[in-house]
Amino acid sequence: MAEKIYIRSANVDCLVIGGSAGAFEPIYDFVSQLPGTFPIPVVIVLHRGKGFKSNLTHLLQSKAKLRIKEADEKEALVPGTVFLAPVDFHLLIEPDRSLSLDGSEAVLYSRPSIDVTFDSAADVYGKTLVSMIFSGANSDGTMGCERIDEKGGSVLIQHPDEADVQTMPVSVAERLKKPVFFTKADFQDIIHRLTETGKPINKTV
Amino acid sequence: MKKTTEHKEPDISFEQLEEIVNLLAALYGQDFTEYSKASLKRRVNRILMKKHFTVYELKQEIINQPSFVDELILEITVNVTEMFRDPAFYGAVRKKVLPYLKSFPRIKIWNAGCSTGEEVYSFAIMLDESGMYANSFLYGTDINTRVLDKARKGIYTLHQMKEYSENYLKTGGTASLAEFYSAAYDAAAIHQGLKKNVLFATHNLATDSVFNEFEMIVCRNVLIYFENSLQEKVIQLFYDSLRPLGFLCLGSKETIRFTELRKKFRVVDQEQKIYQKIG
Repeated sequence: MAEKIYIRSANVDCLVIGGSAGAFEPIYDFVSQLPGTFPIPVVIVLHRGKGFKSNLTHLLQSKAKLRIKEADEKEALVPGTVFLAPVDFHLLIEPDRSLSLDGSEAVLYSRPSIDVTFDSAADVYGKTLVSMIFSGANSDGTMGCERIDEKGGSVLIQHPDEADVQTMPVSVAERLKKPVFFTKADFQDIIHRLTETGKPINKTV
Repeated sequence: MKKTTEHKEPDISFEQLEEIVNLLAALYGQDFTEYSKASLKRRVNRILMKKHFTVYELKQEIINQPSFVDELILEITVNVTEMFRDPAFYGAVRKKVLPYLKSFPRIKIWNAGCSTGEEVYSFAIMLDESGMYANSFLYGTDINTRVLDKARKGIYTLHQMKEYSENYLKTGGTASLAEFYSAAYDAAAIHQGLKKNVLFATHNLATDSVFNEFEMIVCRNVLIYFENSLQEKVIQLFYDSLRPLGFLCLGSKETIRFTELRKKFRVVDQEQKIYQKIG
């Protein structure tokens, strides 16, 4: 069967998700559809303006079957959990597949920065990383997605026609030789593919 | 859309990072071996980009230019700080810690990893407001001599001070931050009176030991850059450096929860990460 969404590796160990303006709603939708048996850890970096007062963890948890939590430093990246980058810190993935936090300067006015998380995830997971980039008003995530692509991982881009703000997905797509786009209608296909290919991380460490 | 030109950002391997870390330890006794690798790697990439160095050139520079090492350490450590950063933390110190500290005859405070000194002066201001400054002594330490030079000067930009003023008011400050500095052109100089009982000195948490006994130790957003093994050593160092019933303040995302010593501390404020030595 012709797969619409192209994932380069037969094995996937981690899913990283990035987005900014206009990304909450589709990410909420996607996370709500993840099954409780989803076999790989998920990391989300979502820019939040200073006015974003709501508790993102609780919002995402309301319909999710997986556990949603704000990332703590030196915490192991385990399946069954969606880790959120906390406000005001960059979130990085260490070579031992734990999470670490970094309070250094904002990147492209963003802290957390999608680039920082994606870049460190590409270092650790290489081919076995899949990223999804959603709507957003700046180019954060572009460098990170390039790194993922260079290291053999898969970059999936929300179709600009469907994104509330096109800047971020368009910026990523322009830098990739063969950009792969998804729409909300593809969520189930992506989840299915990742469930098929994802293997429990415990086996590899 | 414009295509940016700095397409190729440096991207060293973890093996190359280890070579650089080993070089710094062997030649200068600067020990970064137990720093979190992902963050450290990013900082080294950053200096390669800034200096337009290859990894080879960076290593040559480390070997041949001892004066470069200070600059390197400045770049690879994170020196982002503010006065009254996280106002809720300072508010909790005002309410829950200062009244207790008042009962001590002398109040020695150690601000570990103080960078350019903003946090030290924030505490100096709160102590002054509480009428406790005369009995207090504040030590600010960092591994980097350049940030300490700036801390000693106590001169920040007026623009920064305006932002810090908002922080200050949110902590429950009753005065105006402007009462604690003098402004000239774009610069704001912390009043000499607030510097009287302040000392800045180098201290390396990874390699140096206890140097005094303190009523309070403040170390915020420093442990996050350390691996667990080093975090444990540093918490032990803090424990050994605190007088009985002394206070330990960590950053909002840092905790003593995972260390052996957690039973020897009482949680004063879980959210603001304020602990008191009880055992």
